[in-house]
Amino acid sequence: MARPLSHRIIGWGGALTVTAILAFLVLPAFVVAVAAFNDDALLSFPPQQLSLRWLVNAMSYGDFQTGLRNSIVVTFAASSIALIVGSTFSFVLDRYQFRAKRVLESLLLAPLVVPHFTAGLGFLFLAAQVGASRGYGVVIACHVVLVLPFVLRSVYISLRNLDRHLELAAASLGAPPSRVLVTVTLPLLLPGLCTGWLFAAILSFNEFSASLFVTAQRTQTLPVAMYNYVREYADPTMAALSVLFIVVTAALLTIANTWLGLGRVLNVEHVR
Amino acid sequence: METRHRPFFALFITPAVLSAVVFAASMIAVLQFSMREQIPGSLSVGGLTLDNFTAMLHPIYGRVFLDALWICALTAVVSLILGYPLAYALVHTCNLVLKSAILIITVTPLFLGEVVRTYSWIVVLGSNGFINLLLLKLKLIAEPLQILFTLTGVVIALVHVTLPVVTVMLAAAIAHIDVDYEKAAASLGAGPVRVFLTVTLPLSGPGIVASLSTAFAWTFSAFATPQLVGGGRVNMISNLVYQLGFSNFNFPFAASLSVAGLALTFTSLALLRIALRPLERIGSS
Repeated sequence: MARPLSHRIIGWGGALTVTAILAFLVLPAFVVAVAAFNDDALLSFPPQQLSLRWLVNAMSYGDFQTGLRNSIVVTFAASSIALIVGSTFSFVLDRYQFRAKRVLESLLLAPLVVPHFTAGLGFLFLAAQVGASRGYGVVIACHVVLVLPFVLRSVYISLRNLDRHLELAAASLGAPPSRVLVTVTLPLLLPGLCTGWLFAAILSFNEFSASLFVTAQRTQTLPVAMYNYVREYADPTMAALSVLFIVVTAALLTIANTWLGLGRVLNVEHVR
Repeated sequence: METRHRPFFALFITPAVLSAVVFAASMIAVLQFSMREQIPGSLSVGGLTLDNFTAMLHPIYGRVFLDALWICALTAVVSLILGYPLAYALVHTCNLVLKSAILIITVTPLFLGEVVRTYSWIVVLGSNGFINLLLLKLKLIAEPLQILFTLTGVVIALVHVTLPVVTVMLAAAIAHIDVDYEKAAASLGAGPVRVFLTVTLPLSGPGIVASLSTAFAWTFSAFATPQLVGGGRVNMISNLVYQLGFSNFNFPFAASLSVAGLALTFTSLALLRIALRPLERIGSS
């Protein structure tokens, strides 16, 4: 069925608007890539001569290397702990009614609205009170709390979509609750758990404002090291590192999308 | 007896309770510090006082609070205007590959850290940056435009991260509108514009309210963007808090500014909710 001309004009106008908005979102990534592989320290467009020197510079800069090591430690610890806390709590949320359920849930979701610098300040004070302000513990604890809402969300959705009949079938065949959990529930939840962990890891690896408050020189994470670099130097070394960040993040999101469907996690699919 | 009907309840709820307690303790610590005297150069604090809050009445701080509110409001509104078409496209695109591409492009800035995002915008907006380079080359301007270190620059960079949030929330709202309403309106002869204005837009009211609030709150939380793109000329509460803490070592005052910031965010969000109540009601009725 041919659509009237006016509808087609609206369609084209819409497509053009959306393309322009998407271009706005991609523009910084594009420009940073140009800056990163341009031999000259000053941005030129189109690039005069391509080079990898900024990338080499970024990889060999001491603070970035230490930062990367610290970030990997913090990210693995924080997202794994957040996965345990988040998935066990989602299970309880999904299956049971209990007192203070709402209070507990809102407390754990609160980091979504509390500014990260305020959370960072709070954890700094807390760590100072128990004399742990210079270690990894406070950084990891802070990251766990901040990424937890995202883990909760993706595991809870998988739990909701899980077919309870399979658990009931296993139970009726005599499997005790722990066996049902390990052999039926956990394998069915695996995509949700992986996506939850991945979300947590991406967010923790990129977390900055709170980390700035809770890290010390020794525990500095990569984003904090990058921030300090930008404040001191203006060469494209940061651009090279940013390109790596952008590529890895987009790739991980694409993986998450194929694993579980980001659309479902973010709740943007059409309900039929 | 309870454990038999509720397998794993006690075991599974313990980590969550622990995390909640730690988080609550950190928030209480901020509140507690905000009412203490400063001991210069130290993270420990003195006796109880309300001086931190009275000191905040100085016009310098009032100015920063007003600026922060204005930046948050502007960012939220711009994100809404740009986010709505994007969300609509995201929901209504049938081609799966195109849909995934839009989704990934939209949410990537959300997961990129503040530092990478901010740095990228410095390269785009700076006086030797991409935009100025392009405009100079096209001979549209003779002198580089000053965008970096201005409020406009800060808002542009902030919209880049609130736009994904707003888009995702709006898309969720639009996706949950029953397609049958839109089809019914169309079959009764309404054109696409009319269907959009009389069915889709009003029904997404609650999503609009929710996304505006979230964009507002998120912007309030920004630190690196106002710090680096604003270059000290555009300050938000976060920047003052950091400066007070780590340059002046006045942690109690930093804490009280954070508390005031939290109070301000929650008050503005409540007021926004009340102001937009009619919009929300249309959608839910």
